[in-house]
Amino acid sequence: MSKELLRVEGLKVHFPIRTGGILIGQYTPLKAVDGVSFTLNEGETLGIVGESGCGKSTLGRAVLQLIKPTDGKVVFMGSELTGVGAEVIRQKRADMQIVFQDPLASLNPRMTVGDIIGEPLTVFFPKMKAEERKAKVRALMAKVGLLPQMINRYPHEFSGGQCQRIGIARAMILNPKLVICDEPVSALDVSIQAQIVNLLMDLQKEFGLSLLFISHDLSVVRHVSHRVMVLYLGKVMEIAERDAIYEAPLHPYTQALISAVPVPDPDIEKNKQRIVLGGDLPSPMKPPSGCVFRTRCPKASDICAKEVPVLEEKMPGHRVACHHWGIPDAAAVPTVGHH
Amino acid sequence: MTAVLEVRDLKVRFATPDGEVSAVNGVSFDVNEGECVGIVGESGSGKSQLFMSVMGLLAKNGRTLGSAKYRGTELVGMPVKDLNKIRGDKIAMIFQDSMTGLTPHLRIGKQMTEVLVQHKGMGEAAAVKRALEMLNLVRIPEAARRLAQYPHELSGGMRQRIMIAMALLCEPELLIADEPTTALDVTVQAQILDLMADLKRVTKAAIVLITHDLGTVAGLCDKVQVMYGGRFMETGSVQEIFYQPAHPYTAGLLASMPRLTEGRREKLYAIPGQPPNLQRLPKACPFQERCDYVHERCVDELPLLRDVTPGHAKACHLLSLANPVSDPKAPSLKVATEARSA
Repeated sequence: MSKELLRVEGLKVHFPIRTGGILIGQYTPLKAVDGVSFTLNEGETLGIVGESGCGKSTLGRAVLQLIKPTDGKVVFMGSELTGVGAEVIRQKRADMQIVFQDPLASLNPRMTVGDIIGEPLTVFFPKMKAEERKAKVRALMAKVGLLPQMINRYPHEFSGGQCQRIGIARAMILNPKLVICDEPVSALDVSIQAQIVNLLMDLQKEFGLSLLFISHDLSVVRHVSHRVMVLYLGKVMEIAERDAIYEAPLHPYTQALISAVPVPDPDIEKNKQRIVLGGDLPSPMKPPSGCVFRTRCPKASDICAKEVPVLEEKMPGHRVACHHWGIPDAAAVPTVGHH
Repeated sequence: MTAVLEVRDLKVRFATPDGEVSAVNGVSFDVNEGECVGIVGESGSGKSQLFMSVMGLLAKNGRTLGSAKYRGTELVGMPVKDLNKIRGDKIAMIFQDSMTGLTPHLRIGKQMTEVLVQHKGMGEAAAVKRALEMLNLVRIPEAARRLAQYPHELSGGMRQRIMIAMALLCEPELLIADEPTTALDVTVQAQILDLMADLKRVTKAAIVLITHDLGTVAGLCDKVQVMYGGRFMETGSVQEIFYQPAHPYTAGLLASMPRLTEGRREKLYAIPGQPPNLQRLPKACPFQERCDYVHERCVDELPLLRDVTPGHAKACHLLSLANPVSDPKAPSLKVATEARSA
């Protein structure tokens, strides 16, 4: 792969949650993101997967400095974003944009589509003439599959898929290097999902974009990503090339996650040996000691409660945080299939 | 096989300030004993409203036309008093959102025993015992403690299990599950799907699974009905629908799904355009605006469901997807005549 665009080192986001105290509050940190490190190259897509509460959205926002990280470093295009002034970050934002999950809620209902898509231009190029701005907006609308003559319409006049196209156009207008896609297709119907996924991949190819693709949908992530990172309770469980994650996952959580996805194929689905994890996600306020996954892990042993597993390279380009990592075989996985 | 539910030419209409919305436009089908039927469609396809109308749960501005019979008894137009004897007892429903599906200010125990006291005339103690049995059946840990808890004290997966347990309390003959796993995380979804597969074996209830997720359908269902614009586009066995889809919409849906078992593809197949506006449905085939094979007949005549092979039917004018030419023998309704009769 080519040049490094983004480097995240030991990123932590802890939210203080009031847990008691009458006059003087007692606070317990909620560790939404707890020591996450990764790099993203130019033109690359890193898929970030995990279940709700794993910190994947918080991570995306912390990379953009929309949430101030508690600790750790974010280096974007060679310069550090953490610990610098607001104006420096603001200037950098031209190169890093975000597309949100809820297509309608992320658009201001009282602004026209043209104003929404053109707003970044008015902010970063206040001297640009209105005509020039409109021309740029129209050209981009055509590119993302919207009719340019709809420039004066309002968001409520568009369907969910079209609103997501507007959100993508707004993110693309400044020609950014990095776009963080936070569940960009989760709210869309199956037939519209494919349209938006294709659009994002086309734009990536044309402009050499780097994408952080945050999603809980492992099938979509497999389709769009070059590399995939798996999060659980704010920590990285595994990160590797896409095919390695899906075909030879080394972490028990990744293995369970992949086996849990229903596949639209009756022969496979009805005969599948599914690894079913017991229980629910523990509270991020009271994460388990040692490995955070151990309370649901089929391989957990004494050491998992005592020592936090370190994220280490176990195979070339394949990093895992687990004491019992390994390629699964039927015998090694006790809770297979139906009981 | 005997039918538990027989639906004939069911239509659902909503009166809105902007005009009438046609959510369901004449569907007919049976649900037989012990069968698991999947109803697949995207938002606005009418899949949920179809069963809300069967259960008499439509919003105030909605009305049902046609017929839906439970074991020969007409449900459409039945007084609420009589309907309440069937709902929750013979026909039970599981909703997508377990937080709104449960009453927030009642303890789990109260909500569960209420059903038994109401329908079965059980005493409080017997009802509690039965509720505990059901909670154990759906594998709720520390079941006795849960009876004293409120819904907000439980996780989403746990609440969904309780909804399932409640639906099964009276041993219904028909269980309608509307997107039962959509709001859940993948690993919790796997637990619930596993549970439903077990229940399918243990109970004799017929199950209707309403979902947009083809993966869930593939794992649980025997029969599938694909809906679009309030009509059935294709019906058949799960094998036929997934391996020999006959309708361009079904084939398009299957092709547009990224597969977990496949690597990065250059491009996904995408069905062009947007789902139809239910206030201004096309007169003939509802899928015509997005279909790759659209021709004159699709604009003039409404295709009716017809057998491709026995038990596998499609509503499409094409001879087949392999040979996508207009089939003159395909049954249809001239739009003009339909407009007059409506």
